[in-house]
Amino acid sequence: MTADILIQVLVSGLLIGLIYALVAVGLTLIFGVMDIVNFAHGEFLMLGMYASFWAFALFAIDPIVALPLTALLLFAVGVIVYQTVIRRILKAPMLSQIFATFGLMILLRGLAQFFWKPDHRLIPHSLVSGNIALGPVQFGLPQFVAALGAVGVTGALWMFLHRTRLGTALEATAIDREAATLMGIDGQKMFALAWGIGAACAGLAGGLIATFFPIFPEVGSNFILIAFVVVVLGGFGSVTGAFLAGIIVGLIEVLGGFLVGPEYKTAIVLSLLLVVLLVRPRGLLGKA
Amino acid sequence: MTTGTNSSRKAMGTAALLALAAVLPLAITEPSQQNFLILMGAQMGVAWNIVGGYAGQVSLGHAVFYGIGAYTSTMLLTVLGLTPWIGALAGGLLASVFALAMGWPCFRLKGHYFAMATIAVAEIMQILVTNSDFLEGAVGLYLPMDRSGWGWLIFLSKLPYYYVILGLLVLTVLVSWAIERSHIGYYFRAIKDEPEAARALGVSLTRYKLIALSVSAFLTALGGSFYAQKEMFIDPGSVFAGTISIKIALIAILGGVGRLTGPVLGAVILITIEEYSRTLFGSTGSGTDMIIYAAMIILVAVFSPSGVLGLLGDLHRHLGRHLPGAKPAEAKTSAKEIRP
Repeated sequence: MTADILIQVLVSGLLIGLIYALVAVGLTLIFGVMDIVNFAHGEFLMLGMYASFWAFALFAIDPIVALPLTALLLFAVGVIVYQTVIRRILKAPMLSQIFATFGLMILLRGLAQFFWKPDHRLIPHSLVSGNIALGPVQFGLPQFVAALGAVGVTGALWMFLHRTRLGTALEATAIDREAATLMGIDGQKMFALAWGIGAACAGLAGGLIATFFPIFPEVGSNFILIAFVVVVLGGFGSVTGAFLAGIIVGLIEVLGGFLVGPEYKTAIVLSLLLVVLLVRPRGLLGKA
Repeated sequence: MTTGTNSSRKAMGTAALLALAAVLPLAITEPSQQNFLILMGAQMGVAWNIVGGYAGQVSLGHAVFYGIGAYTSTMLLTVLGLTPWIGALAGGLLASVFALAMGWPCFRLKGHYFAMATIAVAEIMQILVTNSDFLEGAVGLYLPMDRSGWGWLIFLSKLPYYYVILGLLVLTVLVSWAIERSHIGYYFRAIKDEPEAARALGVSLTRYKLIALSVSAFLTALGGSFYAQKEMFIDPGSVFAGTISIKIALIAILGGVGRLTGPVLGAVILITIEEYSRTLFGSTGSGTDMIIYAAMIILVAVFSPSGVLGLLGDLHRHLGRHLPGAKPAEAKTSAKEIRP
């Protein structure tokens, strides 16, 4: 009986953890390439959710079907954000960098509220709905499909970074910007690419969870702190690390909430952040 | 090193500020909410500036000290019947102790990592207080209404509150000024600009970072106690919220970090614009006030990393080049010239 509950808890932890991983890989990619922490990353997820919502409300396109469109749209948003704001603060003091992306966060929330109202919205009757029962363990089909999608996207990103010329150039920029420039890699183009891909990943995560999560302008705040924890635990800049850390954080969150009480689950995850920062600042797979 | 003209200009600026503080109550007999917000914001900004500006340790969790101040004085008043004069002092000390306990491990971290750790600490604290039965959790605490006067720092009119916050701001500016002028202030700037050089010269980085954080925490907690006395009600959302931490830092950054009067200027600009955009657009809940606020943050971050004061300094230098006999402003003191 208790074993069944434990398995149930672990499964839901794993499912949400994979979503955290997808949100965090974009964040860690941007940080790895240019040492900037993007406080507006949760807002990219929010925009992805709204893209799904409007595709559904206006054109009756299911969020799952609309995913490629969502990714494309958010890629464009990421590049535009880089070209208009981030490009200008690359050499600014850290304080300015923090506040530039922090300002972006409030700006995107404000714009969402302005255009789409602060209401909570839901997408009813998505293609994926209902529950799956595997013996004693039950979980929602939307959550399962979202987790599956997260694995697919993270895997595709890994393949891109390690198996394509462009991806390798991006990795090279992350490892040593100077050397990469000497090899003829255009740093500016790589930075813009990192922002595009990072935003697209967060947007895809938004599109994937839009089938079961309420959509509202501030929804990103639920995810950004957890994404930070995942990035730190995985090691800043490490995509593989973020993937593993996402799962670990998801498990700890759900397990901690189950054992201590759901009101403390965020506190438990944030304590993990402190422990990692103090005991092993470079995380699981980060560069020393 | 700092030139004579520069330090006398600074002294004149401080004197002008004090004079303004003395005259303000005469001009403002019916203080508005905006007047209060400006003074409270300026006080927090100046306090933050001690650790975030001079010592360069960016805290994005200062609400934790603000909340400790507010809750300590309020609990001592409601449970033990202690006057907030003592309560605020106790809150300040508790915040300082908390700052030491938090800073000891966290100061091993640099830059982004330190900032993130402070966010995490503040968020955890907010969750713990929200779920604490002893502190009435999310319900919040009401201050007793049955006593008033200077002994209890509870007043029926607004004006005495205005004197109190003005006094607190002046105290905070004076502490900050004293630190800026003392050898500790030079150590702080050395830690910020050239940590390795400072360490090589025998400056204990951790010790001076801890001093900066605990002094800053003490003054921030006093601000929190004042908030509780003025509003007569506190809950975790009003004194521990992450948005407070951000606003505290933002006020200093907007005005100019590491400068004595920067946060005061920042508070005047930020609160004024914020309140105007709120009254103009905010009532519709359309998000317009957020958009204006955010646009301002981004513009300052992108175009003027040293804040409005930095912008004015550039202007001054620019004009100075064209005015006969005018000397361009001296560059700020470099850490390389500092001896322990």
